[in-house]
Amino acid sequence: MAQNDVIIRIEHLSKSFGDKRVLNDINLEIKRGEFVTLLGPSGCGKTTMLRIIAGSISADEGIISMEGEDISGIPSYRRPFNTVFQRYALFPHLDVYDNIAFGLKLKKIPRDEIDRRVRKYLKMVNMSDYEDRDVESLSGGQQQRIAIARALVNQPRVLLLDEPLAALDLKMRKDMQMELKEMHRKLGITFIYVTHDQEEALTLSDTIVVMNEGLVQQTGTPTDIYNEPRNEFVADFIGESNILNGIIPCDEKVQFIYHEFDCVDKGFEPDEHVNVVIRPEDIYIFSEHLDKAQFTGVVQSCIFKGVHYEMTVLTKEGYEIMVQDYNAFKPGLEVGLLIRPDDIHVMHKECLRNSFAAEYAGDGKVSFLGGEWPVDDTANSEILSGAKEGDRFIADVEFRAVELMDESSEGTVSGKVFFILYKGNHYFLTVKTNSGEKVYVQTDDVWDKSDLVGIKISPENIRLRKAEEERGQA
Amino acid sequence: MLMFVVLPLVMIAVYAFTDAAGTLTLDNFRRFFTTSEDLNTFAYSIEVAIITTILCLIIGYPAAWILSNARLNRSKVTVMLFILPMWINMLIRTLATVALFDFLHLPLGEGALIFGMVYNFLPFMIYPIYNTLDKLDNSYIEVAKDLGASPFKVFTKVTIPLSMHGVMSGVMMVFMPTVSTFAIAELLTLNKVKLLGTTIQENVNNGMWNYGAAVALIMLLIIGVTTIFSDKEDTRANETGGLL
Repeated sequence: MAQNDVIIRIEHLSKSFGDKRVLNDINLEIKRGEFVTLLGPSGCGKTTMLRIIAGSISADEGIISMEGEDISGIPSYRRPFNTVFQRYALFPHLDVYDNIAFGLKLKKIPRDEIDRRVRKYLKMVNMSDYEDRDVESLSGGQQQRIAIARALVNQPRVLLLDEPLAALDLKMRKDMQMELKEMHRKLGITFIYVTHDQEEALTLSDTIVVMNEGLVQQTGTPTDIYNEPRNEFVADFIGESNILNGIIPCDEKVQFIYHEFDCVDKGFEPDEHVNVVIRPEDIYIFSEHLDKAQFTGVVQSCIFKGVHYEMTVLTKEGYEIMVQDYNAFKPGLEVGLLIRPDDIHVMHKECLRNSFAAEYAGDGKVSFLGGEWPVDDTANSEILSGAKEGDRFIADVEFRAVELMDESSEGTVSGKVFFILYKGNHYFLTVKTNSGEKVYVQTDDVWDKSDLVGIKISPENIRLRKAEEERGQA
Repeated sequence: MLMFVVLPLVMIAVYAFTDAAGTLTLDNFRRFFTTSEDLNTFAYSIEVAIITTILCLIIGYPAAWILSNARLNRSKVTVMLFILPMWINMLIRTLATVALFDFLHLPLGEGALIFGMVYNFLPFMIYPIYNTLDKLDNSYIEVAKDLGASPFKVFTKVTIPLSMHGVMSGVMMVFMPTVSTFAIAELLTLNKVKLLGTTIQENVNNGMWNYGAAVALIMLLIIGVTTIFSDKEDTRANETGGLL
């Protein structure tokens, strides 16, 4: 893309509220005329980012520029952007007409021009006969239309939409989605849309920016994001998916659930551990000619989902696979399953084990994660001989070796379950400790998000190594 | 309920429309509208009430705005300090004002009267305005800024119109009692200035019940009219927290 196609550029943007870092070094380019969606779960920083673009709050660090010009210092009322808010916020002391004309009157535009523009945009949102109505007499959907007209009538360069449809019911939301898309096409201006609804994002956007924990996880077209998720978070957040552990023995081959499959991915290290993502609708399921199947299993459950059925199949090897098909397969039935090579998506793993920055605390103990942990002498004898208090190490702990306790007091340190991924036959959890560090845990037990847990690691499972190769991991 | 609320009102009406002998007459009203002294007192009372109300508004609105602004005032205690005098007996506060004027060697009179009135009724103006401003949804202000309003325009085009019902409540709360006040006038002007309340009190004290009742009825009528006026304004205010 040519340089001058970029309308908004965000560079190294960071923002904290108190101790909490809401946005962490965000870089983003938004092209002219694009429909961009900031997508993520609540608390991921998407709304904060929109408000920073709008100018209603300022960033701690970083630059936001429009067409190459830094606009960080320009107050919101002088930026050529307008916002549509989730809670419409129509002025109760003004009628529909005056609400829409609010921005134009401030700009001292001649009355007949105001009149012409208000009517034009009322027509655009299909509310032509409502000029004199009291805003409080309108339904939620009608109020939101007026709010959209009130923003668009100022002919902004960029329209910002902060979950504008979240308060509407499903049917109304679908209608409004189509209308918004149509408006975007007609007006040709840039839309920046914030939502937590992945379906809405996939429907509306030219580009989706998936955010989590104040970081951009992936930027791309809806098809890219859906078909080629870059990490487990994106795969899990966008659509339904089976996420499984796999190993790449060589190019275009991948092993998972104890079977080897052909795939189209290349360029991985030999025997690299990877995550495999398979969309449930990409798996072929059949109950005849089982010899044609790549693997077989027994249907556990079958739920009607409107257009398709969603089945859980337990493979012989003990993995649960989610499959979607137009035909129903009754529970208890033995079925064959087949996956085409290009439907298998392989992703690098972020890390293979926990690595904590540790410090020798004397007496056969090391401290990390804000706690003191006894370590096993035999496994670490070499490194511990001659160690002094304050010596720095890296403590490696396998995902499986971390034990979670029901009572947070039972563990050496406590934390909160932050992210849960089901991997067919076990769970992969991200636990955030009180000190804010992340611990990855592989477990067969079922935990819920936000559960408070105690974290325990037995001494023999802590492997220390020298801290020379210390990298950012903490 | 009937005995304490309705009966006194009926009694006032009965006395107002009768003479000392008990015969039905409009003489009391005729006398009021022909006695220039009483008419002047009446006009003067209204004038004092209006001046007091305007002064209270000029001081009270900014005070309420500052109190409701999260950036300028973080604590509810300051609000309490402003509202607290409301619950102290008016006579005590007035006597304190007299003492203050004495202490500062300031003459009592018209100036003292206005000062005392404003001082007495200011919390009644601040509180309803503070209440509406405090509950004012911040998103309206954000939207206005987003639509291109500078902070000053936000204030004039959004904050003030949306706090109007609080202002109306405050005006009523101040105007109505100031019309009928007499103790403050007596104490702060050493009886030099007469207000309508004083006229009523004098007449009643001197046994002229019927004439006193008639004046009282006229005053009630004025208060009643203003209340009806504010009722219209307040239908929406009641939902969002005016005081009346």
